[in-house]
Amino acid sequence: MRSWALMLVVVLPLAAEAQDGRRTLVIGTSQYPSNLHPNIDSMAAKSFVNGMTMRPFTAYDERWELVCHLCEELPTLENGKAVRETTPDGKHGVATTYTIRAGATWGDGVPVTTRDVLFTWEVGRHPQSGVSNAELYRRLWKVEALDQRTFVLHDEKLDYNYNAINDFRLIPEHLERPVFEQDPATYRNRTLFDTDPTNPGLAFGPYRIVAVRPGSEIVVERNPKFFGEPPWFERIVVRAIENTAALEANLLSGEIDMIDGELGLAVDQALAFERRHGDRFTVLYKPGLTYEHMDVRLDNPVLADVRVRRALLLGLDREAINQRLFDGRQPVADSSVHPLDWVHAPGTTRWPYDPARAAALLDEAGWRPGAGGLRRDAAGAPLRVVLMTTAGNRTRELVQQIIQSQWRQLGIEAVIQNEPPRVLFGETLSRRRFDGLVLFAWISSPENLPRTTLHSDAIPSEANGWSGQNYTGYANPRMDELIDAITVELDREKRRALWAELQELYAQDLPALPLYFRASPYILPRWLEGLVPTGQMAPPTYRVETWRATG
Amino acid sequence: MTAFLLRRFGALVLVLLAMSIAVYGLIGLMPGDPIDLMIASDPNLSPADALRLKALYGLDRPLLARWWAWLTAALQGDLGYSRLYGQPVLALLGPRLLATLALMLPSLLLGTLIAVPLGVLAARRPGGVADRAADLLAFTAVSLPSFWLALLLIVLFAVQLGWLPAGGDGGATVTSAVERIRFLLLPVATLTILTAGALVRYVRGAVGEALAEDFIRTARAKGCGEVRLLVDHALRFAAPPILTLLALHLGALVSGALVVETVFAWPGMGKLVYDAILGNDFNLALAALLLVTMATLLANLLADVLHAALDPRVTLDA
Repeated sequence: MRSWALMLVVVLPLAAEAQDGRRTLVIGTSQYPSNLHPNIDSMAAKSFVNGMTMRPFTAYDERWELVCHLCEELPTLENGKAVRETTPDGKHGVATTYTIRAGATWGDGVPVTTRDVLFTWEVGRHPQSGVSNAELYRRLWKVEALDQRTFVLHDEKLDYNYNAINDFRLIPEHLERPVFEQDPATYRNRTLFDTDPTNPGLAFGPYRIVAVRPGSEIVVERNPKFFGEPPWFERIVVRAIENTAALEANLLSGEIDMIDGELGLAVDQALAFERRHGDRFTVLYKPGLTYEHMDVRLDNPVLADVRVRRALLLGLDREAINQRLFDGRQPVADSSVHPLDWVHAPGTTRWPYDPARAAALLDEAGWRPGAGGLRRDAAGAPLRVVLMTTAGNRTRELVQQIIQSQWRQLGIEAVIQNEPPRVLFGETLSRRRFDGLVLFAWISSPENLPRTTLHSDAIPSEANGWSGQNYTGYANPRMDELIDAITVELDREKRRALWAELQELYAQDLPALPLYFRASPYILPRWLEGLVPTGQMAPPTYRVETWRATG
Repeated sequence: MTAFLLRRFGALVLVLLAMSIAVYGLIGLMPGDPIDLMIASDPNLSPADALRLKALYGLDRPLLARWWAWLTAALQGDLGYSRLYGQPVLALLGPRLLATLALMLPSLLLGTLIAVPLGVLAARRPGGVADRAADLLAFTAVSLPSFWLALLLIVLFAVQLGWLPAGGDGGATVTSAVERIRFLLLPVATLTILTAGALVRYVRGAVGEALAEDFIRTARAKGCGEVRLLVDHALRFAAPPILTLLALHLGALVSGALVVETVFAWPGMGKLVYDAILGNDFNLALAALLLVTMATLLANLLADVLHAALDPRVTLDA
């Protein structure tokens, strides 16, 4: 009897906890941020949390259009808030004027001002501050504060996205300056974002952090100082559960209310979940900019022949992969540009499944059917390529097996040789130590120019310290010209034409074999409304104040 | 005894030093560094930034120089910062160690409390009900992958019955001890089954051997009761190897249980070490692994001392 009483004492609080659900939202994700400083390294989990506690000046929204979050109005050449100028050293630059939104206030009551802008710029461009992506801060040769809320950024380059300052994320000058000035080289370890993350003065978004358990969860509560509409939920808990089976179990048992789309289940897992529990949850599949493809080692003599690359793509039934594995949720890619991106060129050459044409191309390239069902060259060497991907990624491994099987039907042997992500990305790709093809993905933002992946000056080598992400070794002077031209072309229609040519060149040269664009599956409770995924690097939490419980 | 302990502590220091070199070297030899991994997740990171960050993090320096810098700082009590968690390593280790002890200690105690009586009963009558139960428990523990057993318990008690939470430790919002215990029940149950299953065969074997000894027959002939015979004579005789095994299990109190911690999202040491190694977090991995090494060595020492205390034939100063 006593043991049953003890059991009830232990078990009953669960029911009471569930009643609190409608003003508290518990979100499950598979990743925990490495730190909470908005400018020290880039990580989806961190963007997700920071999207609730602060806002960037600008970001791409769910329609993939640039919008103001912390600024009043986007500066453009047309509205006169962006003005061409020449820098002191003679470069063609631009001066853009932004005004901080009225009422923007840090959680401790200190107004967000241009002092914060100037300090953020100072930290961002300091070589020892630890800010990872400092390109934007370095390009700004001067920042002027016109008053408490208005400032001018003087950029040494006038490029097509001159008014997108998505990476300029404010940090509070009144709190962080003493920490930074004490020693800029160790600032990244001493920033209050990590040593005192619950300090209300670190947030100006709809929520502020009230509790952090490193590696486990972050709890945010309403920020009474938020300048916008007060959010519906009083408290949001972001809980990291790395194992996806455990993530599902937590959702089903009510421990968490929803699973984030960017850091949760893969599409095939979400489809299986939906089949079993679709009556209890809403599953949103947001088409996204994550581009799954196979990088091709272009200095491999076999793969250097564009006819072979084209045949490899023609021999793949990518639409069948999409339909059978992903229920049609992950559209086939023709290049690195997503069909929903405004620069996408619908007329670009496509390589749909056509095994007869693939066979003809291979014949033409000198690879004829031979012994063992494999195509062989004149010397009798088999057509064999190494196909790698990230070991342990179930979806990719499944796709890889289908690719292997489809190519086998063409007489091509794909030798699977997978590596853990750390080895694949940390060594094999970055040091260009692969010999055939590597299946992986790039995540990007709308109208993202593939400079680091396609420009010839981004080929990693010992000479440049293995920097750059052009792992294929692709070098086409016309591609370089197009990338350089798009960078500085401000006329939208002229840029569209350049983009079309870039996509056509990509489709003809096939430095990488496009597979599909990933979708992000959000698993939401039926009572949750207002969550709109963006499908790109901007997290849905930039609109967290519009989320609400109904019913 | 004192000389023995001094010798062992001296050896412990040397082993820790050697381990620090080995671990630092092995992590350093693993492909990629933190900045390479950063590049993989951010295609917009410029080559210039990558080079700047490598210099800032000291990754452009030789491995030996980095190890020496770490050692000199560590000897002054500075174990550095965790790159993965943005926290001082010492601040991270404390709560993780407590969380792991909260998980492992009850599991070890409960597992022992189940395994010892069951093993003794099984040895008393081979082929009997207790022996079959011990076999079942042992084979279950050996055959079932821990993640599968954990998921099974989650599905039953959290998803189907809804009695217990599926994972986590309750987070920052749970303050009462009773609520906190609810989060421990399933992972502790999983580990208890695994621990008991692993121990019960040893207990059965050791007590079975004892029961075959002449002194047991003599005791029985002298009219010794069954309970006294089993506890005072057979179990006492079998105690040294069992206690040695248990002492060795104490090392796991610190190292945690990676799989169970991962499935139950329990913030313990096992997961911390695993993430630190995979994430190329030198400072954290090194400190955590050295702590685990130290615990294992101390557990070994304890096992030796216990063995000597229980078995008069064993002396430590020999």
